[in-house]
Amino acid sequence: MSAVQVARGTDEARLADEEGALEQYVSFRLGDDRYAVPIGRVQEIKCWDAVTRVPYTPPFLLGVVNLRGAIVPVIDLRLRFALGHAPYDANTVIVVVRVPGERGERTAGLVVDAVSEVHDVPVRAIQPAPDLAGMSELACIRGVAQLEERLVMLLDVERLVTASILAEAA
Amino acid sequence: MSLALDPEMAEIVKVFFEESAEGLDAMESGLLSLDASADRETINTIFRAAHSIKGGAGTFGFMEISEFTHAVETLLDRMRNGTHAVTSEAVQVLLQSVDVMRDMLKLAQAGAPIVSPSAASLTARLAQMLEGAEARSAEPAPMPATGSPAGAVRCWRIRFTPHSSLFRTCNDPLAMFSQLESLGTLRVAVTEQLPALDLLDPTLCHLAWTLEVTGAIERAQLVEIFDWVDANSAVEFELLEPRETAAGSAEAVGTAAAAGTAAAAGSAEAVGTAAAAGTPGTTGTTGTAASAAAPAAPALMRPSTAALEQSPSLAALGQTPSPPAAAGAATPRAGADAGSIRVATEKVDALINLVGELVITQSMLGRFSEDFSTSDLEALRRGLSSLARNTRELQESVLKIRMLPISFSFNRFPRLVHELSRKLGKKVELRLSGEGTELDKTVLEKIGDPLVHLVRNSLDHGLERPEARLAAGKPESGLLELNAYHEGGNIIIEVKDDGAGLNKTKILAKARERGLVAADAVLSDEQIYNLIFLPGFSTADQVSDVSGRGVGMDVVRRNITDLGGQVQIGSTPGRGSIIRIRLPLTLAILEGQMVRVGRETYVISLVSIIETVQPKRAQVQTITGRSELLKHRDEYLPVIRLHEMFGIEPGSRTLTDGLLIVAESDGQRVAILVDELLAQQQVVIKSLDANFRAVPGLAGATIHGDGRVALILDVPSLIGKYHAEGRRAPELAA
Amino acid sequence: MATILAVDDSASMRQMVTFTLKQAGYAVMEAADGVEALELARRHAVNLVLTDVNMPNMDGITLVRELRQLDAYKFVPMLVLTTEAGQDKKMQGKQAGATGWLVKPFNPAKLLATIAKVL
Repeated sequence: MSAVQVARGTDEARLADEEGALEQYVSFRLGDDRYAVPIGRVQEIKCWDAVTRVPYTPPFLLGVVNLRGAIVPVIDLRLRFALGHAPYDANTVIVVVRVPGERGERTAGLVVDAVSEVHDVPVRAIQPAPDLAGMSELACIRGVAQLEERLVMLLDVERLVTASILAEAA
Repeated sequence: MSLALDPEMAEIVKVFFEESAEGLDAMESGLLSLDASADRETINTIFRAAHSIKGGAGTFGFMEISEFTHAVETLLDRMRNGTHAVTSEAVQVLLQSVDVMRDMLKLAQAGAPIVSPSAASLTARLAQMLEGAEARSAEPAPMPATGSPAGAVRCWRIRFTPHSSLFRTCNDPLAMFSQLESLGTLRVAVTEQLPALDLLDPTLCHLAWTLEVTGAIERAQLVEIFDWVDANSAVEFELLEPRETAAGSAEAVGTAAAAGTAAAAGSAEAVGTAAAAGTPGTTGTTGTAASAAAPAAPALMRPSTAALEQSPSLAALGQTPSPPAAAGAATPRAGADAGSIRVATEKVDALINLVGELVITQSMLGRFSEDFSTSDLEALRRGLSSLARNTRELQESVLKIRMLPISFSFNRFPRLVHELSRKLGKKVELRLSGEGTELDKTVLEKIGDPLVHLVRNSLDHGLERPEARLAAGKPESGLLELNAYHEGGNIIIEVKDDGAGLNKTKILAKARERGLVAADAVLSDEQIYNLIFLPGFSTADQVSDVSGRGVGMDVVRRNITDLGGQVQIGSTPGRGSIIRIRLPLTLAILEGQMVRVGRETYVISLVSIIETVQPKRAQVQTITGRSELLKHRDEYLPVIRLHEMFGIEPGSRTLTDGLLIVAESDGQRVAILVDELLAQQQVVIKSLDANFRAVPGLAGATIHGDGRVALILDVPSLIGKYHAEGRRAPELAA
Repeated sequence: MATILAVDDSASMRQMVTFTLKQAGYAVMEAADGVEALELARRHAVNLVLTDVNMPNMDGITLVRELRQLDAYKFVPMLVLTTEAGQDKKMQGKQAGATGWLVKPFNPAKLLATIAKVL
């Protein structure tokens, strides 16, 4: 599978008008769970590639990878969310996201089991994250939504990436 | 500022700032060399620089700078024509003035008010030196009065008897008269003293005029119109009782003036008409004589001369000075841009050529994408090899653009040494060599301060006072050398002095006193000298304000290692010291040694590598069951097992199966265990910080040929991490 | 369109003069010192010479003197740029053959007005 470039939605995709406003999310699978990130943050979907391990970093920071000349960190979300490691196979993909950071924008790759699809989520349908013993904090969940009869957890990508990268090794 | 700063003008002002900065540098180096000999040409050069800055400052509206520079220029003017001696006091005042001018220019460039605290006192001193003979009041250049000022109507009689050579300087009475005409009503009467025809030189002026102009006119305006008339001509202004001007003479006025010009221009027609009109003073002879001479006279004429006779009013010809350009309010300028480079055009041309070659290679390779058969394989290979060569050459060329000669840094030292040696009462000769050696702009900028500190140290602690030197049988003047040259992929900078050298005993004692070294430790000379790089170390009996407190040698070393470089000290007691700095030529590219540990590839900077050793059982000693030491040339070096530190699965855990890379940093040496040596190559350094974060032991990352990321080791921080992890190196034993 | 030869060793002054004159519709040639100016003047026809006095290689006054010896420049107006205090320079200029002078510092309006007096 070659790298697929997802058309970058911009933040203007969020309509100013609250009434009937829609947000677009890309959802993906981690084990049996579904998560999603705002489409505006997704730069591309990359197939699994050789990652160079970086010392003195927590296990969920797999290392760095070459993305057209840029050195991009790769975060294993399964390890990050303590879901247990799964073998990387042909379906494993890396969702490359761009988030605002202290010194401009930061790019990072999120390793997921498989990408599902793009959803239009009505803002009104987003519910606050359930408080499960601090789980929401750890996973940086900003809300949940019912999409096609499944519960999808919407991730706060900025917080997730920043916290992961700055996390100290165990 | 009085200039309306449209974008083009703003660009020109930028040029002014740049050339003024250069001019100030030229003034400074010129003044410094004046100590030795008062060379006429040097003084001239200094004068011209000041003169240009003054002129430009005034033109572009920086009046404070223009006024301050005036006194400087005056003193220099006197020095160059010998009416003022070239004393060291004068030179000192002028050097200080250069500093003030620099400050003022910087303020002007930043759009800030041009205020310099030292300016006033320096101006006073300059005035003193000029003995107040020309206590010049700052008057702006006189502006021509435009239009008629409100005032009484006056009638002026002007007697204008120009010197015969008037036309030879292209001064045209017609132009002057038309300007007069714009001030009021003009009547002209011409008188002439024409010689005989065969003696008539049409390039000479044989005419004189009496003019009457009536209007609200001030004398100053009339003076201004005749300003360019030389001393040999006579111009008299007489204020008459106001009286009516005959309206009918308007036409006569026109033709009379025409007659005057025509005589010079040799326009037969106009002269003829004048003659025919019979204006007072003109005779028929004039007309014919002039017309006969017409062909011989060079064309001074105005195209509109013929039209002149028709139009009674000369106002059309006389152009009144247009009102001054709309003066914008002094717009604060953007600060001088810090991120720009001046590039020699040859470098840009080289770049263009290389890109051209790249384009050719690319189109050649492009053909293969159309249709390709196996017979093309050889051509494809050659094309790819060309591509590799083009890319490499292009890369080198681009990096060269960022390279500047080290003279940019060295240039501050003549002044610095001059000032410091005076302050310290020492005699110093500064010798610079290799000023043309080029290095990366960022490295250049960051090496400046460390060099200054090293030079200050040499002057303060290294070089002895003249008496002490003589007593030691040395020349009175100490020698300080700054040297730069390329070696391998690096630039070497040396700071050498022939002073007293480093005092080993004192250094060792101080180090022991501060607990930096064990009481019974025995150190080599080099190790002792390196002690001065430890933080907080200073053996100066009194910390002089010259070297300063807190800017220690440790900071110098850290600045150098931050740039990926190294610094070494050598010294001979009584003879002198030498500090040698090695720096990479560029920060973006590293000459690296690729190594393999397990399945990972790492890069070690060649600058840090001393050598590679295949260890034998006998060379390695284990201490306390955990730490390992390599015996290497009379030294015991700690062995760093990268696979343990980084948590990688190595090819082999047996030390003798691998290779030990002896690396050095900050005077410390270690042996790094790797499985295999790979190629030596240039790698492009990519920062880990940008998307990631700083990691101990790593200086960055690079993209290997196979597309994978290889991490670049940072030897200093690796060593630091190694020690921090508790595997302390045992005390060094003999 | 009249052509003006502007001579000054200061690049910013040359640029200012050129810019101002071009805007007013003149054609401009530049030289950084008297030697360059003389060379240019020999090869091209100009209608006016505007020169600074203090320059390396050949100063403005010498330039005027040299130009006046050329047939083509016997009757081309020439102006020297002087400073307020340079009364002697004005006279020296005149003696060398200059038509007149322009006092520094001058602004674009003054420059154009003065040139209009001779062109």
